Amino acid sequence: MPNGTEPERTEQPQRATFRHQLYKWLDVRVGIGSILHEALDEPIPGGARWAYVFGSVLLFLFISQTITGVVLALYYVPSATSAHTTVAYIVKEVTGGSFLRSLHAYGSSAVVIVVLLHLTQTYVYGAYKGRRELLWISGCILLGLMLAMAFTGYLLPWDQKAYFATTVGTNMASDVPFIGTWLKRFMRGGDEMGTLTVSRFFVAHVFILPAVLIAFIATHVYLFRKAGAAGPTTADPINPKLPTQRFYPRQVVMDTVVALVMILILGSLAHFAPTELGPRANPADTQYIPRPEWYYLPIFQWLKYWRGPYTIIGIVVIPAITAALLVLVPFIDRRLERRPWRRPIALGVFVLILGAFVVMGFMSVRDDRRDPSIATQVAKQRDEVEQFMRQPFEPEGAATSLSAPVATVVDPLVAAGKKVYDSESCDACHGENGVGTAAGPKLAGAIAQKSPEELSNLLRHPTAKMIEGEMKPVDISDEDLKALVAYIRSLNKAAD
Amino acid sequence: MSETAQAFASSREKDSVTRRSFLGVLLGFGTVVMGAALSVPLIRFALHPLLAKTTEIRWSDVGKIDEFASLTVPAKRLIKVEQRDAWRKIISEKAIYVLPPKNGTVRILSPICPHLGCSIPWNEAKQEFICPCHVAVFAMDGAKISGPAPRSMDHLDSKVEDGMLKVRYQYFRQLIPTKEALS
Repeated sequence: MPNGTEPERTEQPQRATFRHQLYKWLDVRVGIGSILHEALDEPIPGGARWAYVFGSVLLFLFISQTITGVVLALYYVPSATSAHTTVAYIVKEVTGGSFLRSLHAYGSSAVVIVVLLHLTQTYVYGAYKGRRELLWISGCILLGLMLAMAFTGYLLPWDQKAYFATTVGTNMASDVPFIGTWLKRFMRGGDEMGTLTVSRFFVAHVFILPAVLIAFIATHVYLFRKAGAAGPTTADPINPKLPTQRFYPRQVVMDTVVALVMILILGSLAHFAPTELGPRANPADTQYIPRPEWYYLPIFQWLKYWRGPYTIIGIVVIPAITAALLVLVPFIDRRLERRPWRRPIALGVFVLILGAFVVMGFMSVRDDRRDPSIATQVAKQRDEVEQFMRQPFEPEGAATSLSAPVATVVDPLVAAGKKVYDSESCDACHGENGVGTAAGPKLAGAIAQKSPEELSNLLRHPTAKMIEGEMKPVDISDEDLKALVAYIRSLNKAAD
Repeated sequence: MSETAQAFASSREKDSVTRRSFLGVLLGFGTVVMGAALSVPLIRFALHPLLAKTTEIRWSDVGKIDEFASLTVPAKRLIKVEQRDAWRKIISEKAIYVLPPKNGTVRILSPICPHLGCSIPWNEAKQEFICPCHVAVFAMDGAKISGPAPRSMDHLDSKVEDGMLKVRYQYFRQLIPTKEALS
């Protein structure tokens, strides 16, 4: 198996071909020799193996997600009013838009799969042993960051499933002891899901999390190089005595082959089965059955078993213990023994937890199939998605066309009020232009006929009945309030 | 760092060097081909605004044709143009000049200077269109008189329907001697 080679640096001077001259020119100026040596000559005890490809494949997927993500941002606007329209524009109008969006969406699933494979390989091979605690912990942090990327990215299209899945996801945060309510409000940018939620998730997804991810990827790779490749399970994790093989070429070729297979699979999926976009989020829809992305299904199923005062155990305590166990593995399992069959407890616990995840995932699918009312509604939702995908792209602001010159807000105070109405997310409950939704009453009509003083007072100090219906006191400047009142009063004229 | 590897190397040095560089070339080639293949959709995606065909320009109302029958000097009018701005449908206001009728037909000028795209005002005192940027001067009918403009001012398509004067607003390419509409 070992077939180590002589490095290129020792090539004979008489073979001063153009390539060699170029290499020397660069080497003198940028030290390309030592860079290549660092990057490619990493010794692997026991030689290259297919089992070691996952780390490199993850790096490749991360680059692919970055590139597709950056180009998607060319056409995306993170606001509750535009997010869905712009994603629909990408999917239905932009050249190759559906393909690239699908590549990005399927890519996120691929990342989760490969992260799990990487984790499993490392765990089964006992590659966290032998002074690799920090390497392992940085990997755990990366796992968390990847899941956070998946969670924040899921909301951005602002379609039905994104909206409702994130509503549930952020609600779960409110079960965290002491800071729960605050945490939920922090994530949402308020009590309700709205335009601030989109911009917060967007900023997390494209600025904060990627920056932290890059930092931890660098740390992870550095710590890996510092500790050295652990090699097969028979190797001593601290001082491997097995003959080594360099990272280049065999391991590089294996990594590349798997990365190519990965991109072929993702490309075929994106081409032949592109990710669909559902109808725009409608918070007033009381029928909608939200289902999370497949990798969150086990957690979704798990939550069904916890009721009343015990919920906190299911949502917070047990997941926290599981996460702590995972992070602390190298401290708990300190022996240098790496062969799986000599580590029955470590392996047993791992298989048990992983098995529980798989079983719960399947159970959630089975539960949905067995319940006819759910099955009907889920089928209906699928129809709605397909119907939306068949419709041609509907541009924003199509309602105000030249042939029907309506709703041109003339009074600047009213126009300012409309802005306040939208930015305070009044439309989330009272609907666009105050038409009302299931969550809040219609404003156009009787309410709009009230006097400005009465309206200001109601907005500042809602009645007990209004508070019961989730109406919050409006906390804005007097100037904005005046504009908002003027806008609400203008709805009376616009109605009918 | 890799003493062991080097110890292994000596036996089949020449053979493995060839293999190493062969794989290097193969990898490099494969990466370039894959990279090129993958960048095609990316580039097409990014260039979409340049590749996409724009929709037909609609006719905008200018005003009743009777209003313009007795014009003696060009009259500035604001028209509303319905446009697609990527995912938005917008209504923008554009200025045009309605010219005094000649032989019963009314013609309309775009106020955009064919030189570098400044808006040209009608100079009442001199009875000329004078561009404020680089002093291109045009006659009342838009014909070029002097200055850096490569051609006369551009006429817009117009028609009369049910007594209503209508115009099709367009932009034209700057700096060329012939009138060429931009998509």
